[in-house]
Amino acid sequence: MLILRSLTRGARHGYGIAQHLKKISEDVLDVGESSLYPALQRLLLNGWVTAEWGASENNRRARYYKLTTAGRKQLAAENREFDRMIVAIQKVMSCA
Amino acid sequence: MRLIRRILYFLRRRRQAAELAEEMEFHRQMLEQESGDPHAANRRMGPAMLASEDARGVWLPLRFDSVLQDLRVGFRMLRRSPSFSILAILCLTLGIGANAAVFSWIEGILFRPYPLVAHQERLLAVTGTARGEAGHTDTSWPDLLDLQKSCTLIDSFIVNKIMGTTLSLGDRAERTIGSIVSANYFDAIGVHPILGRGFEPGEDTGRNAHPVTVISYQLWQSRFKRDPAIIGKTQRLNGIEHTIVGVAPEGFLGTFVGWGMQFWVPASMEETFEGGGYKLEDRGARWIEAYVRLKPGVTLEQAQQEMSAVAKRLEIDFPATNRGRGIKLWPLWQTPFNNAGTLLPTLGIMLAVVVFVLLIACANVGNLLLVRSFARRHEMTVRVAVGADRSRLLQQLVVEGLILSALAATGGLLVAHWCRHALVLLFPARAGVAMYLPGEIDLRVLALSAGVCLISTLLLGLVPAIQTRKIDLASALKSEMSGVVGGGHGKSWIRSGLVVVQVSLSFLLLVGAGLLTQSLKRVRSASPGFSTQGVLFTAVDLRSAGYDPQRAKNFQDDLLERIQALLGVESAAFARGTPLSYGNFSSSPIAVDGYQPPPDEQPTVQYNEVGPGYFATVGIPLLSGREFTVADNEAAAPVTVVNDVMAAQYWRGDDPVGKRLQVKGQWRQIVGVAKVSKYQSVRENPKPFFYVPLRQDFSVGAGLNIRTRMPAETIAAALAHEVHALDANLAPYEVITLQEQMDRSTSPQRVAVTLLGVLGGLALLLATVGLYGVMSYTVSQNARELGLRMALGAGASNLLRLVMSHGLTLTAAGVVLGAAAALASTRLLGNLLYKVSPRDPLAFGSALIVMTIAAAAACFVPAWRATRTDPARILRD
Repeated sequence: MLILRSLTRGARHGYGIAQHLKKISEDVLDVGESSLYPALQRLLLNGWVTAEWGASENNRRARYYKLTTAGRKQLAAENREFDRMIVAIQKVMSCA
Repeated sequence: MRLIRRILYFLRRRRQAAELAEEMEFHRQMLEQESGDPHAANRRMGPAMLASEDARGVWLPLRFDSVLQDLRVGFRMLRRSPSFSILAILCLTLGIGANAAVFSWIEGILFRPYPLVAHQERLLAVTGTARGEAGHTDTSWPDLLDLQKSCTLIDSFIVNKIMGTTLSLGDRAERTIGSIVSANYFDAIGVHPILGRGFEPGEDTGRNAHPVTVISYQLWQSRFKRDPAIIGKTQRLNGIEHTIVGVAPEGFLGTFVGWGMQFWVPASMEETFEGGGYKLEDRGARWIEAYVRLKPGVTLEQAQQEMSAVAKRLEIDFPATNRGRGIKLWPLWQTPFNNAGTLLPTLGIMLAVVVFVLLIACANVGNLLLVRSFARRHEMTVRVAVGADRSRLLQQLVVEGLILSALAATGGLLVAHWCRHALVLLFPARAGVAMYLPGEIDLRVLALSAGVCLISTLLLGLVPAIQTRKIDLASALKSEMSGVVGGGHGKSWIRSGLVVVQVSLSFLLLVGAGLLTQSLKRVRSASPGFSTQGVLFTAVDLRSAGYDPQRAKNFQDDLLERIQALLGVESAAFARGTPLSYGNFSSSPIAVDGYQPPPDEQPTVQYNEVGPGYFATVGIPLLSGREFTVADNEAAAPVTVVNDVMAAQYWRGDDPVGKRLQVKGQWRQIVGVAKVSKYQSVRENPKPFFYVPLRQDFSVGAGLNIRTRMPAETIAAALAHEVHALDANLAPYEVITLQEQMDRSTSPQRVAVTLLGVLGGLALLLATVGLYGVMSYTVSQNARELGLRMALGAGASNLLRLVMSHGLTLTAAGVVLGAAAALASTRLLGNLLYKVSPRDPLAFGSALIVMTIAAAAACFVPAWRATRTDPARILRD
């Protein structure tokens, strides 16, 4: 979900996604290779993102991932589910 | 969608992997740049190999690439220990080969028995039934025509009746078999003659109206030298010139399981070949073996319902001939009137037996793998230690099992291919009859064999897998270092268990083989009710030679006179039917004074037409009255002799001599009562039967029985001379003893015994090898303990006893299990057993003895080796 979210503002490469997550979460979320790349492959397999080779900021070859329509739908669905869960968890935490 | 993406990924997996690697490398370099520390990336990202393997694993959960890798490793392992590989593959080849061979026989004999015949899956056999009688009867031509008219679910009715003739071409005369068929025969079964035509509609009507024949490819090739202008030429068959109208394609052998047909004639020529009068208009004459082809989508049950309804109507319309008569459909593999029926129980048992053999082979190979997996323990432990997934190890073991079983399956199919025609060899040869019982290796057999291969793979992979599941890292690494194989208890339990399974299965097979051998012995020594020794049987084919009844009678009289003058001949008599042969006896509806048959039932009894002195010649005792004499001829009053079973059934034990019996509408006086004997099968129950004088119901095709103390060869030569002297164009058939005749009729039992004997021996061998393997392994593993015992003063005999008792305990456990299984299952041998209890103590006892001897031999060598342990060396090591 986080990866999909980070792609909503346009295509990024793997490193870019990791950096983005790290920056936004203020260093709380430090995603390593071992979870990032399997996750990306899973997204590709489900057709939620597509990948394309392009030039990076420093002019090197990098694979850019882009959200597909299916990916956007999935993100919206996961968002709703996430909100529901958060609300539920908060309710439990506040009254227990 | 996901599947398509997966496949696309698989097709480009190399490029995809390279791209992933490049991408991750880029990631690493960026991290390095950012932090300026070359190791930061490794610290933060973990082992790159694992990460990229995980990422690739998303796409291909089955890990095709790793499977390929395992295949390579597996082959390397096999090459490294060739003796293990050869032994394992050999065991499995025998197991899978035996299965494939039996599959191919079942396919070729029971399910797809007729080469070149289209849509055999919709072909069913048709017979009649008679109320109050078990089994089946043949069918009559008018009944079949009516069924054909009324049944809507049937595509076509195919009439097929096997018969034989003597085919003479030039100076060679040979026995040949052919079929009387309906005119639609070739069209209905989808076989198109390569030369000429099949039969035309209407050629199966009219008495002897269409003397045409289609010959087999083989006959065309061997007898007619592939004459391209054969069509239109004539061939004398049973004294009548037949025009050859077609040549069947190569490989087409007709529709009779077991025997290849050489020629076909239309049903209109039935009288020429069958004898017993013109039967196409006689509803009561049941002589036809028929098939039907169902319309697509129709089930046997639906067709049977429709047929039974029509048969019911025929019962009402024609009570005189059809009262109590039904029609029954059979799947091809149950066809009761050819060798499918006789081989069905044998093949069924064989199927079970080869599955056992396969299990034993798998257990053996499993044990071998287990031994090897100890050697590979280190490898596995290290792999687990560096982070290998257990499922990944399991995968490798399964792949290795697959290599073994795939190689063995290939070998097994070769074995099956070689054994294709092996069944025929088990049947006794008969002059002039080409037995044909082919195995058929088609897609279904291949698929089944692949399934067997797959199952054995799983079984094989499972055994060492149970073991890897138990790898306990710390202790395994430790024990590896100390050089002692620890934790042996769990594994030796598996190994012992496998041996017990092998022993019990082979014990079961030995018991089965023992029972069948006993049964065969009983069958062979059973008294058939006539003399088997000192009576010879032969025939002279007068019908093929075109003799009319009067000429045949003269010939028979002359020949009898000459034979009885031969040295050593006591008596001789002609008879139409021979006991225990394929040819049917005549049968007739009967009526008896004072006997009221149950309603809806028309008592029908089989009978034989026999010449004067027949009973004395073949040795059937007469209980009262007299035997037929020369005086019982055409001019004399009609007489008959009944057997004692018939007397008891219809005259309730009174002596029927002097009473009368109606046969074919004619009253005959009973002049004698004969003791019951075996008529069609040694294993039949005593049944009513009667005899009429040959002269009063004459048949040109009668066989000759000779009572003599001379050997068959001597009589054969003398007989050939006498026959030749009477008619230079005639030659007698082979001369055989009635014992030989009986042996031929029991060949299905002998086939079962031979096959089960071979497979039981195979199983015993495999089990012995397995036991031997386990015992030698135990001895080598316990060398230290044995050495210690020796050092402490144990003698060679103590050690011998120790090891032997271990092995024999395993054997005993196997025997107990096997005996229990045998007690529960030998009943299934059912009708293959003749006068032998399925719990026959002799069979169990001899199986026990054989098993014990084999086990003792298997244990003795390792035990003896144990006594040769050098305690000094063992303790030093």
